[in-house]
Amino acid sequence: MDYKNIQTICPYCGCGCALNLEVIDGEIVGVLPANDHPVSQGSLCIKGWNAHAFVGHEDRLKKPLIRKNGQLEEVSWNEALKLVAKNLGSIQKKHGADSIGVLTSAKCTNEENYLLQKFARAVIGTNNVDHCARL
Amino acid sequence: MTNSIPEFEDADCVLITGSNTSEAHPLISTRIMRAKAKGAKIVVVDPRTTQMSLLANLHLKQQPGSDVAWINGMMNVIINEGLADDVFIEKRTEGFDELKAAVAEFTPEYVEEISGIPAYDLVAAAKMYAEADAASIVYSMGITQHITGVDNVLSCANLAMLTGNMGRPSTGVNPLRGQNNVQGACDMGGLPNVYPGYQKVSDPDIQAKFEKAWGIRTENGGRKTGSGLLSPVTGLSDKVGLTVTEMVELAGSGEVKTLYIMGENPLMADADINHAKKCLKNLDFLVVQDIFLTETAEIADVVLPGASFAEKDGTFTATDRRVQLVNQAIEPVGESKADWEIINMLAKEMGASGFDFSSPEEIMAEIAALTPIYGGYSYERLKNGNVLQWPCPDAEHPGTPYLHKDKFSRGLGKFHGIEYKAPAESADDDYPLTLTTGRIMFHFHTGTMSRRAEKLNKEVPEAYVEIHPEDAIKVGINGHKRVTVSSRRGEIELATRVTDRIKPGVVFIPFHFAEAAANALTNSAFDPVAKIPEYKVCAVKIQTTADPVLEVCNESYKSKN
Repeated sequence: MDYKNIQTICPYCGCGCALNLEVIDGEIVGVLPANDHPVSQGSLCIKGWNAHAFVGHEDRLKKPLIRKNGQLEEVSWNEALKLVAKNLGSIQKKHGADSIGVLTSAKCTNEENYLLQKFARAVIGTNNVDHCARL
Repeated sequence: MTNSIPEFEDADCVLITGSNTSEAHPLISTRIMRAKAKGAKIVVVDPRTTQMSLLANLHLKQQPGSDVAWINGMMNVIINEGLADDVFIEKRTEGFDELKAAVAEFTPEYVEEISGIPAYDLVAAAKMYAEADAASIVYSMGITQHITGVDNVLSCANLAMLTGNMGRPSTGVNPLRGQNNVQGACDMGGLPNVYPGYQKVSDPDIQAKFEKAWGIRTENGGRKTGSGLLSPVTGLSDKVGLTVTEMVELAGSGEVKTLYIMGENPLMADADINHAKKCLKNLDFLVVQDIFLTETAEIADVVLPGASFAEKDGTFTATDRRVQLVNQAIEPVGESKADWEIINMLAKEMGASGFDFSSPEEIMAEIAALTPIYGGYSYERLKNGNVLQWPCPDAEHPGTPYLHKDKFSRGLGKFHGIEYKAPAESADDDYPLTLTTGRIMFHFHTGTMSRRAEKLNKEVPEAYVEIHPEDAIKVGINGHKRVTVSSRRGEIELATRVTDRIKPGVVFIPFHFAEAAANALTNSAFDPVAKIPEYKVCAVKIQTTADPVLEVCNESYKSKN
C-alpha cells in the first residue's frame, strides 16, 4: 500500500487555507489540516474537510464531448481540439477577433489564467477576456 | 485586501459589512472572533442577523442598497465630532473638501430615513470605528454587487482614509474574495482592460513590452506564427475588451459569435439567468472547459474535460495577495487534462508559438518576467516555505503584508464625494418584498462542487427562502410550506424558513441550488463602471397555495393586533 500526504490549497473560498490530501494507492481518501500554515493554523471549515469529496465523483467529465445531432457525444482529444481550432479560426477570420470572448477562471491556477489570457490576446487577438469576479 | 488575514486579530475595531464572514470565509471569521476576545469592538452592518452580528458590539440592519447613505452618515458624524485624522488627511490625501461637502447633508436622521438604521446606532458605530487605534473594514459581495458597487467601495476607502486607517497593520479596506483564485485570475490579466499585474492594455509602452515578449512583433516588424486557420495577430489590441456581463448581452444581439469558457458557470452565476441562457443559445459556437457537465456546459458545442485542483500543480493567490503552491496529489481522472495543458495543445493546434510549456513552473517564470508585482516569485522560493504576498517585485523582496505604507500607488489618496443613488429596482405594490442573495456555510457558489460532496449536501440538500415572521403572516406561510417566489424576470419554487434573522420586508435566498436558482430572479442592472450586476437587491413577491386553516388563524391574529 502506498500512502502519502500532499499539502495543497483548499479549492473553495479565498481564505487560502492549506490542507493535506491523504492519498492511498492513487486515490484521495481524506483531508487533514496543516498545522504550520499561517492562515489556517491547523484548522479547516466543513468545506475544507470535504475538499476532496467532489474529486472522484462519478459525474466527472472523463472524455471530450462534441455536440452531434443535438446530443453531446464522447470523442477523442484530437477530434475535439481540431474542431475548436477550426471554428475559432473561421469565426475570427469572418467576424473579427472581437466577435470572440474568453472567460478565464477563478477556480483555475494563476498559470492557467495567464495562459488563457495570453491565448485570447496573442493568438485570437482580442481583449474580450474576463471571469466571474463580478458574479 | 490592503492588509493580511493574520492582522485581523490585532485590530481594535473591525467593521464588517456585506460579508457573512463565518459562513463564507470561516477561517477569517475566527481571526475576528479572536480580536473580539482580545477586546476589539465589532460593528456589523448587514440586513441579516449572522453569527458575526450576534457577537458584534453593534449590529446595524440597513435596507439593502443604502450603503452609500450610511457610510456618508458615519463620515458626517466623524467630521462633526472632531474624530477625523487631520494629520493623515493633510499629509496623505487630497479632495477632503469635496468629501466634506458631499457628506454634509447625511445627518444621522436623514440616513435613518434612507437606510432604516436608527440615528443613535449610526452615531455609536461611527464613534466606535473612529476612536479605535487600528480599525479594519471587512466587506464582501454585499458591498460590490449593486449598481452603486464602485460608489460603495469608494465610500469604504473614504471612511478608512478619513480616520487614518490605512497603511498600518490591522487597518485598511479588506474585500474578502469569494473564490480560491479569484484574486489570481484578476492578477493574471483575466480582465478586459489589463494585462497581468494590472498593466493597462491602452498603455503603448506596456503593449510594446507584451508584443515583444509574446513574439508578435519581431525585429523586422512581422509575425512568425499562423497555420492559416487564423488571421495572424500583427499587434496586440489596445481596445479595452468586453466584461462577462457585456459578452453575454452581445451574444444575445449577435455581435459576439463565440465564447470559450474555462471553469466558469455563467448560467448559474449570472443575474437573470433565463435571459443569459437565451443569449448564450444564440452563439454560433460555445466551448466549455470544466470538470463537470455544468449548466453552461450542457448547452455547449464542445466540452473539454479539465483536471481538478488535486490533479495538477500550480499556484493560487488568496484574498490577502498570498501566492501559494498547489500540488498534484493524484493523476487526472479519465482522460481529463490540466487546463494549462489543454490551452497549450489548442494553441499549438492553431499554429501559435509561445505555448511550449512543459510545466506550470515554466509558466510562472514567464509571469514573473512580465509582471512587476509577481517579479519575485519562483517555485523554488515558494517550495522553501516563503510566505510571499504581492507586490513582490524581485527575488530578494520579502513580500508585502499590507499596502499603502508610506504612499498610495497614485501618490496621494483621493477622497471622492459620493452621492446616494437608490437601487435599480425597489419593492412596490406588485412585488412587495426585497430579495437579497448570498452563500451559506455548507455550499459554494453555483454548487457544482459542494452539491456533489455528500456530507455537505446532506446538511442543506435543498433551496429555501428566509422570510421574517411578519411577512410570513402576510403571505400566509405555514411552517415550512413550499412557496413560489417570482420577480419580473422569473420564478422558482422552494422551501421556506421563517426567521427573524432577516429584516421585515426583506427575503434571502442562497444561490447554490440549480433546481431553484436564485439568479432566475435577480436583476441584471449593473454598475456603470465595474459592470457588476445588482444581485443584492431586487423586488419579488411570494405566493402560496391557500390554506383554509391558516387563513382563519391569520384573520384572528389580525383582528387582535
